This record gives sequence, C-alpha cells and structure tokens, in this order.
Amino acid sequence: MEFMGRDVVSIKDFSGEEIEHILDITKKMHPVAEGEKKSNILEGKVLASLFYEPSTRTRLSFESAMLRLGGSTIGFAEPDNTSFSKGETMADTIKMAESYADVIVLRHPNEGAAKLASQFSSKPVINAGDGAGQHPTQTLLDLYTIKSEKGKIKDINVVLVGDLKYGRTVHSLSYVLALFGANLTFVAPNLMQMPQEIINNLKEMGKTPALNESLYETISDADVLYVTRIQKERFPDDEEYLKVAGLYKVDKALLKNAKENLIVMHPLPRVDEIAFEVDSTQHAVYFKQAKNGVMVRMALLGLLLIPDFDGGVI
Amino acid sequence: MDKGEEVKEFKVTPIRNGTVIDHITCNTALKVLKILGIGEGGVNSTVSVLMHVPSSKTDWKDVVKIEDRELDAKEVDKIALIAPFATINIIRNYNVAEKHRVELPEIVKGIVKCANLNCITNRQEPVESKFNIISRDPPKLKCWYCEREIEDISEHMV
Repeated sequence: MEFMGRDVVSIKDFSGEEIEHILDITKKMHPVAEGEKKSNILEGKVLASLFYEPSTRTRLSFESAMLRLGGSTIGFAEPDNTSFSKGETMADTIKMAESYADVIVLRHPNEGAAKLASQFSSKPVINAGDGAGQHPTQTLLDLYTIKSEKGKIKDINVVLVGDLKYGRTVHSLSYVLALFGANLTFVAPNLMQMPQEIINNLKEMGKTPALNESLYETISDADVLYVTRIQKERFPDDEEYLKVAGLYKVDKALLKNAKENLIVMHPLPRVDEIAFEVDSTQHAVYFKQAKNGVMVRMALLGLLLIPDFDGGVI
Repeated sequence: MDKGEEVKEFKVTPIRNGTVIDHITCNTALKVLKILGIGEGGVNSTVSVLMHVPSSKTDWKDVVKIEDRELDAKEVDKIALIAPFATINIIRNYNVAEKHRVELPEIVKGIVKCANLNCITNRQEPVESKFNIISRDPPKLKCWYCEREIEDISEHMV
C-alpha cells in the first residue's frame, strides 16, 4: 500500500484495505494526540491550511495534528484578507501554496474545488470539505469512532437521522459503512430522505437500507445513532423548517427505549437536535468523535508525508 | 424499395456541397440545429430538416441537411452527445466525399457546462469542464470535478 504523496479528495480514493490501514495507524496516534508522548516525525514539514469557508473543528484539528507531530502550519482561516478578495483564482493560490508547503489542506464553498486543486499541485491536497461535496477526513473519523467504540463495523445497526438529502457527511459515511458490512436505517421525512442514487448504490453493494420516518420505531435496535443538523437555509420558510426540525429531537426520553450501549454521534455543530441533557449520558460520543479527528488527521499526514509510515511516532 | 429510398420521396433535393446529418435520434433535430447555431442568424445557405422519417436502422429518425457547410470536429462531438447514432456525410459536388458515424469519446472536455451552478468549473478558474460518459444510450455525463450527473445535455452545451 502506497500513500506517500497521494491526494485525498474523496473517500472513494481509498480501497477498503487502505481505509483499514489508516484506522490501524490512527489508533497508534493516541498517546501523541493526548500529549502523553512527544513526536517530531514531521519536523521541517509545512502544512498550508487554506480555508475559503469558516470551520472550527476541521481546521483546528488539522493544525493540531501537524503541530503534535512536530510540523508547522501556514494559511488562512477566511479568504477576506487574501488575494482572493483581489480576484485571484484558487488555482493561482494553490500554485503559490505548493511552493511554500509540503501538503495542502483545502476547504472551499464550491463542489469539485479539491479535485481542481489537486491538478494544480504536485504536493498532496487533502479535501477538508468542498461545498456540498466530499469531506473524506470526516468520514474516516466517523468510521474510526464507530470501530473504536463498538469494536467492529460488520453487522452493527446504524441509524442515520436528519438531513440525509443534503448532508454531505452521511452520503460518504453510508458508502463506507456498507463497504464494511454494517446494517443501515435512514430516518428522515420524505423531503429530506437519502437521494435515490445513493440508495441504489448501496443496494448494488448488497446492503439495502431500511427507510423510516420515525426515530421512535427504529431506536430500540440501533447500536449507533448518527444525528445530523437539519439546515434551516434549505427550507422556503421558517414554518416549514420548524415542522421538520422539531421531528427528531434526541433526548433522555427517547433514549429510554435504546440499548444501553447505543452510541450517539454528530458531526457538529449541533443546534437543538440533541438535547444538552444527553451530553452527560453514556450514549454521547460526539465530543470524543471530534477529538478523534486529530488522531485520524495525524495518521493521514504521516502516511502522505513519510515513506512507509507504520505509525511509529518517536 | 427499402426505407432508405423512401426518404427521397420527401422531395428534399440532393445538396451539391455541405453536410447531411443522418440517423439523428427521432425528435432531436431541433436540438442539433440549436447546437450548430442555426436559427440564431448568420446562416447564408439552405438548411433542410426532416423529422420523423422511416429508418432502416431504427423505426424513425430525423435528418438535417446543411448546404455549403462542413462541420468541424467539435461540432461533431456535440452532436454525438445528443444523437449518438447519427452519421455525418460530407457532400462535395453531389457525391458523398466522407461518411462516418459520430463517436462518443470516453471523456468530454470543454463543450458542456456543468449543470451544478456551485461546481468549481462554473467559477473563474483556468480550467475547462470535463465529464465522464456514464451512459451512451441515452447519453449521460458525470462531472469529473463535482460528480453531478447531467441528462439534459443539450441545455448545457457551451
């Protein structure tokens, strides 16, 4: 398996075996991510973090991952103070960043931006989210969280709830969960249900998902409940939004019907789809999930920048 | 009498020089005209359009004859995207000088705009559009950048 110098645009850039290898390396990052051990394996390497759109977790966790491994970071967190505001194309910015850094992390509001960037850079480009398109490191950290919490992915019951139509994280997550043999249930009102194209792909993979509009009907069998935010801007008016937004509130009353070891995940930020009272229950893993983002990104940076990286960090 | 000969009964006279686009998917001729910019002015020769004509290969077809104009490769590629079984006949002095079927390439570059307005190729970036062909009949494209699928291709021709 060769990772050195590769671009990471979509989760489909990796085979199942390669994804498993990334998750194995991720586990080895734990002591360094926790600050228990120090590492300088990326000393002298520079990460350019180009964020054309706001982000909290993704940007900070990439930068933290690079710093924890002894590397440095440059970049911008919003494009207003850059040449972008003077009309510079992204392609020109990428060509410049390529000469300043060893790896480029890109968040951009337009779909396909990371693919385009990868054409203009000889250094690896990691997609940190392109519009409603791909966000492969989110998928990797979600998968790592499920695997580390449940011990396996095959045959576990995963319920995905919320905005399944537009939510970019759930599309690629469904694909990898099916790839590793999980059973999928999609809970959403018809208008927000998973696109048919994705359902058809899952069927072709031999994993026909169950569709439901009721979270109460599905919660008792779930091993993992993956909640996404319903985005207000998708609805024509507030009234329509409130009808749907109120449909799926995860709270202690709902979780009374759940398995004791059910885990509740969320890519964050949340609005009100998970009640704060859930944070203190054994079910809540969403903050841990965000923390796992640092380890996954450390593993990926090591694999892309160090030849034959095996997770050795000292 | 075969069906090919029946076309002659429509009394569209043979052309001296130009292009005959034959075996156009039935009811697609008007889209072909649009792609070739016919109807938008600047046409100085006769254009004949036959729609819903009996065909020897399929049940029905359309035919377009354009006098005094030979299509270039880019125009032929565009026609292939909406009429994948069309044949191009270049006529010189009443004779068929060249005849070939249009061919759909594996990758379509620069002749179709992505239908996704939020695709990076619809921004001011120094890159031409690029699509993979995911279905040949009917032709369907998938943007190489944003992965949006496009079915109504003629609506998005550059």
